Amino acid sequence: MEPLVNLTSRVAVIPEADIDTDTIFPARFLLLTVKKGLGRYAFHDRWTVSGVEAPGFPLIPGAADPARILIAGRNFGCGSSREQAVWALHDLGVRVILAASFGEIFRSNCFKSGVLPIVLPQADLDRLQTAGILTIDLATLTVAAPGLAPLAFEIEDWRREALMNGWDDVLVLLKTQADAIAIFEAARRAAAPWLFPTAP
Amino acid sequence: MPDGPRTLYEKLWSSHVVRDEGDGVCVIYVDRHLLHEVSTPQAFEGLRAKGLPVRRPETHLAVVDHAIPTRNRGGPISDPQAAAQIALLEANCREFGIELIPVQDVRQGIVHVIGPELGFTEPGITLVCGDSHTTTHGAFGALAFGIGASECESVMAANVLRQTRAKTLLVRVSGAFAPGVAAKDLILAIVGRLGGAGATGYAIEYAGPTIAAMSMAERMTVCNMTIEAGSRTGLIAPDETTFAWLEGRPFAPQGADWDRAIAGWRALPSDSGAVFDQTLEIDAATLAPQVTWGSSPDQVAAIGGRVPDPAAQGSEAAQRKTARAIDYMGLTPGGALEDIAIDKVFIGSCTNSRIEDLRAAADIARGRHVAAGVGAIVVPGSGQVKRQAEAEGLDKVFLAAGFEWREPGCSLCVAMNDDRLQPGERCASTSNRNFEGRQGPGARTHLMSPAMAAAAAVTGRLTDVRKLAV
Repeated sequence: MEPLVNLTSRVAVIPEADIDTDTIFPARFLLLTVKKGLGRYAFHDRWTVSGVEAPGFPLIPGAADPARILIAGRNFGCGSSREQAVWALHDLGVRVILAASFGEIFRSNCFKSGVLPIVLPQADLDRLQTAGILTIDLATLTVAAPGLAPLAFEIEDWRREALMNGWDDVLVLLKTQADAIAIFEAARRAAAPWLFPTAP
Repeated sequence: MPDGPRTLYEKLWSSHVVRDEGDGVCVIYVDRHLLHEVSTPQAFEGLRAKGLPVRRPETHLAVVDHAIPTRNRGGPISDPQAAAQIALLEANCREFGIELIPVQDVRQGIVHVIGPELGFTEPGITLVCGDSHTTTHGAFGALAFGIGASECESVMAANVLRQTRAKTLLVRVSGAFAPGVAAKDLILAIVGRLGGAGATGYAIEYAGPTIAAMSMAERMTVCNMTIEAGSRTGLIAPDETTFAWLEGRPFAPQGADWDRAIAGWRALPSDSGAVFDQTLEIDAATLAPQVTWGSSPDQVAAIGGRVPDPAAQGSEAAQRKTARAIDYMGLTPGGALEDIAIDKVFIGSCTNSRIEDLRAAADIARGRHVAAGVGAIVVPGSGQVKRQAEAEGLDKVFLAAGFEWREPGCSLCVAMNDDRLQPGERCASTSNRNFEGRQGPGARTHLMSPAMAAAAAVTGRLTDVRKLAV
């Protein structure tokens, strides 16, 4: 995973609340079994009408200067757990999403691909929308815009560390938790042997 | 976590903590994982790229449901992408030693139907699946939640996930349902009350006399749509109903293990005096059958109601959201819901495809006929549900009434298979999401109970099922 420490970019704004992951990545494209190159399907049915491209949507695949920061409406990414929604946005170049709240599974999925979801109050987001360009800094946990005082945001320490170092979650878990997992499993086997149908 | 009375959620959580890292962040152990063809190809690819094995293959169970056609099950799959995705799951399961239920097996079906049916779901365990409707399994008192593909990879490699403990929300339901009102109406009303993000960050426990009196099928319907209020976890305390339902199922503990398991499960319900962060009280006796009118499951009303007026909504954001939904749905503010004509009917999905659901729909369909111009399909949740329904003659009831009788799968709930609506088509659906494009680009979905969907099929419009005498 590519590390994310800080980022300055033009901002795309999709203010509508409750954008679900079906809208971000329509289900019929879930038949693809790859992880890369999915950006062309992001918001597919929002920037096409009857299959024809309708300009004006702020995140159209193939844009010359793609926005890497997205300001979205509250409850962004609700609904289905499909991680393709994150992979598609990442493929478009989006690395930071700001919203008043996120769908929980979507938020969790973001971190796995090096995308940073930032929660800020809607009033702050409304002011940031007009800024045009934002700077995000994970070292100081701030969002800065020209002419505005920097705003602080919070994320879990372990997620911040993983993003800044580009760590793979699976490898980190295996490396740091192996002993704890073995100890837990031994106790679990004793308490609920039917959950361990095969020999150790 | 403090000593003293604890909630069901707190008991499930604390019994799975592998490491407590403070601030509610814990590495938690995952006992069981259900896989389907859509959310796992990239997870297997990740294992392969890192040279990792599946840590405990016996904790995983795979089935094909999302992409599988619901017709011509014996022949080849006509969509090459779907065929390739299904073949890939088969190959991955072989390579990594995971049990896959074959497509032609009677045990095949929707992942959230077959997990419980096989006893793979049980009280007191953690169970995950790359699917947001994994909330369904909370009906058994299992800590069950949906995850993304990357987390599927973690679970396969290590049987653990790093998670943040949720706050707790008690939804206490009392009062008996009026005739014609079902579990689906209750959960639609709860989602409407909480809003689409109202329970984000919370684990919900459904409790109270109404829940205690419910069958397992009804409990699964309720827990299934928990995610539609933003919560990943919907729980119901296990009780005698749960135990009786599970006993003897293939993955359930047997013999002495069964007795030992039950003794542990009896200690799971929330202690008296346990404190929840929030509580919501619902009187089920006051509920009428519910239908959604918009493009979000929380945009719901009693069938006797009307399409709302955007101008009457409180905030500017609410006005915009309502107006957009009404526009997408092709409706008129103030119009009576019962005047809305439909083109299609879908009875199925992980919300409502169990035998009890099919019986409720068949009771309405029996002796009636699908209205002219309406296409209606019934898709059982599993091969076993289908077999049971056929043993009861329900297939004959549906076929005589002009419904199609299909093979098990997700079908028109996810529309990434052969079952898909045309742009502008309007569907009365027993599924769980009415999002824009959910049943196909431009398709319009109204969510409701199986009996209500059957009523819509025979009248050709949204209908209060209570007006059709059974």
